[in-house]
Amino acid sequence: MEKTRPTPENGNGAAYWKANLRLVGICLAVWFVVSYLFGIILAQPLNAIRIGGYELGFWFAQQGSIYVFVILIFVYAAIMNRLDRKFDVDEQ
Amino acid sequence: MSLSTLTFIVVGLSFALYIGIAIWAKARSTGDFYVAGKGVHPVVNGMATGADWMSAASFISMAGLIAFLGFGGSVYLMGWTGGYVLLAMLLAPYLRKYGKYTVPEFIGDRYYSTAARIVAVICLIFISFTYVAGQMRGVGIVFSRYLEVNIETGIIVGMAIVFFYAVLGGMKGITYTQVAQYCVLILAYTVPAVFISLQLTGVVLPQIGLGSTLANDSGYLLQNLNEMVTALGFDQYTHANISTINMFAITFALMVGTAGLPHIIVRFFTVPRVRDARISAGWALVFIALLYTVAPAVGAMARYNLTSTIQQGPVGAPTANLAYDERPNWFKRWESTGLIKFEDKNGDGRIQYYNDKNAAFTSQAQSWGWQGSELRVDNDIMVLANPEIAQLPNWVIALVAAGGIAAALSTAAGLLLVISAGVSHDLLKGAMMPRISEKNELLAGRVSVAVAIVIAGYLGINPPGFVAQVVAFAFGLAAASLFPVILMGIFSRTMNREGAIAGMLTGLVFTMGYILVYKGVFITPLLPNTPENWLFGISPEGIGTIGMVLNFAVAFAVSRVTARPPKEIQDMIEMIRTPRAAKPVAAE
Repeated sequence: MEKTRPTPENGNGAAYWKANLRLVGICLAVWFVVSYLFGIILAQPLNAIRIGGYELGFWFAQQGSIYVFVILIFVYAAIMNRLDRKFDVDEQ
Repeated sequence: MSLSTLTFIVVGLSFALYIGIAIWAKARSTGDFYVAGKGVHPVVNGMATGADWMSAASFISMAGLIAFLGFGGSVYLMGWTGGYVLLAMLLAPYLRKYGKYTVPEFIGDRYYSTAARIVAVICLIFISFTYVAGQMRGVGIVFSRYLEVNIETGIIVGMAIVFFYAVLGGMKGITYTQVAQYCVLILAYTVPAVFISLQLTGVVLPQIGLGSTLANDSGYLLQNLNEMVTALGFDQYTHANISTINMFAITFALMVGTAGLPHIIVRFFTVPRVRDARISAGWALVFIALLYTVAPAVGAMARYNLTSTIQQGPVGAPTANLAYDERPNWFKRWESTGLIKFEDKNGDGRIQYYNDKNAAFTSQAQSWGWQGSELRVDNDIMVLANPEIAQLPNWVIALVAAGGIAAALSTAAGLLLVISAGVSHDLLKGAMMPRISEKNELLAGRVSVAVAIVIAGYLGINPPGFVAQVVAFAFGLAAASLFPVILMGIFSRTMNREGAIAGMLTGLVFTMGYILVYKGVFITPLLPNTPENWLFGISPEGIGTIGMVLNFAVAFAVSRVTARPPKEIQDMIEMIRTPRAAKPVAAE
């Protein structure tokens, strides 16, 4: 049985791109929340919560956001590898 | 063995290592020279990117900045790491798929315009030269402080080393030397940090130590620090001391600027596959985060150590302040470099260190006979004097010297290479002599690296007055010019030549203009650099964010009223969007 090959014409390439944009959108939303929202905009109220000696807003701004950034990229890369295979556009 | 002999040996050994690598990794083609033959393992590339990225400023200055800014210093921590998320998801994989050698080349091809390519080269050269001057200066400063030679000699030695491995090895030589430099710099940074964390909190990992209780059982480190500095009239360490909008804008400009810096982007051209480019950005951030999560601990602990050394008892008590004659040895040693200065304003032989910009506190201080803060401390001392403050053995001090030099050299080499590629590949081959042979282009590349090194060295020895302000410049310009056009080149099918050029020029002119007005680079500032005068309350450091928005807006407006990009450009966009080209069934 022949696999459907992705081309822009048959829509598979377009579907791949759509799935990619969706994933990037979700990842960047997390990226925004941990740094700009938790680390800057809501830092002051979050500082009322403590983990050990860290106030939470301060922790996000100086530690937590960086850890989340690292995790985000690895999760993104892993899901993209799956998407590449699913839409049959992976490198061989 | 004396400290300076030991330092000479450690720094000398590190240089021998870099030279050995350069001989081993000689470039044989333009592909080797520009993109290391596209054969770099993603983890190796991640490590090289870490060294490429972490400059003299990250290594020497950042922890000190954070020490004095406290929470406000977070803009550097988030701003200089968050850009890698943007790189990994928005730029690196697609540019790798595009598969050529330089950033301006992509812009020129995507916007079917040599003019766009040349505008991009101009942005690139401006960004990279402002940056590299600071690196050369950094090499000279480390040399002069640890090896007691003058700054000029230090810069010339640094130039010679970079000359050797960048001219010979190109990107290939630089990549593998950067790996070695990363190892040197991360060891040099983390070893003293671990010891200081152990001494202060009894916790090995500085990242945990920063949130722990003090070893002397007097409560949490950060809480103590907050109480200690507010008692001296300073802002709370862990709370905001800059406006939210300005903090937002600066962080955003630094993130986007990071993603738009050509010497970082081009590192992702060197890996074999698209999927490697994605994961490599992740590895780069792992290696960067190792330093960036330690830096806030170094900063807070250094501030704690410094403050508690000076202010030994309750604030205001007559004998609570350190007597100048009893100052510790590191204090004496670094006084000779001018990084720490004492002026006995009230003539009591003791050191008062407090916030004399705080009017309420100053009037109270006067009642104790304090006549102004008597200590001036340079940011850089927080890292440079760290091993001595923590009383670590001499080999650690020697290692910090080698680490500082490694951080500066690795960044300088990466910058010099993109400058030379911009000249030999984009200007020479791309615009002026399209038929130049591969051999001659390689030669031109080597000659332009050599010329760039000489110019960078000259700028390092004779720093223009604005060197201290170039960070705002480099990041603002990258954020407002290069990042938006590359992004639109990938994510918009309809963005055309006219829109891209108009957008790039708008971002460039606006951002440059704003910085000139307040910082007065080349000219006297037209307006005082204070929050009341800023547009939307955004300082020049953060204005790249607005420049970027303007770039997008103008580019879209112009592209709506001009012709759509031709068919082959639409095909090129399809091509870069998928890791493997979509092929018709019959061709299989």
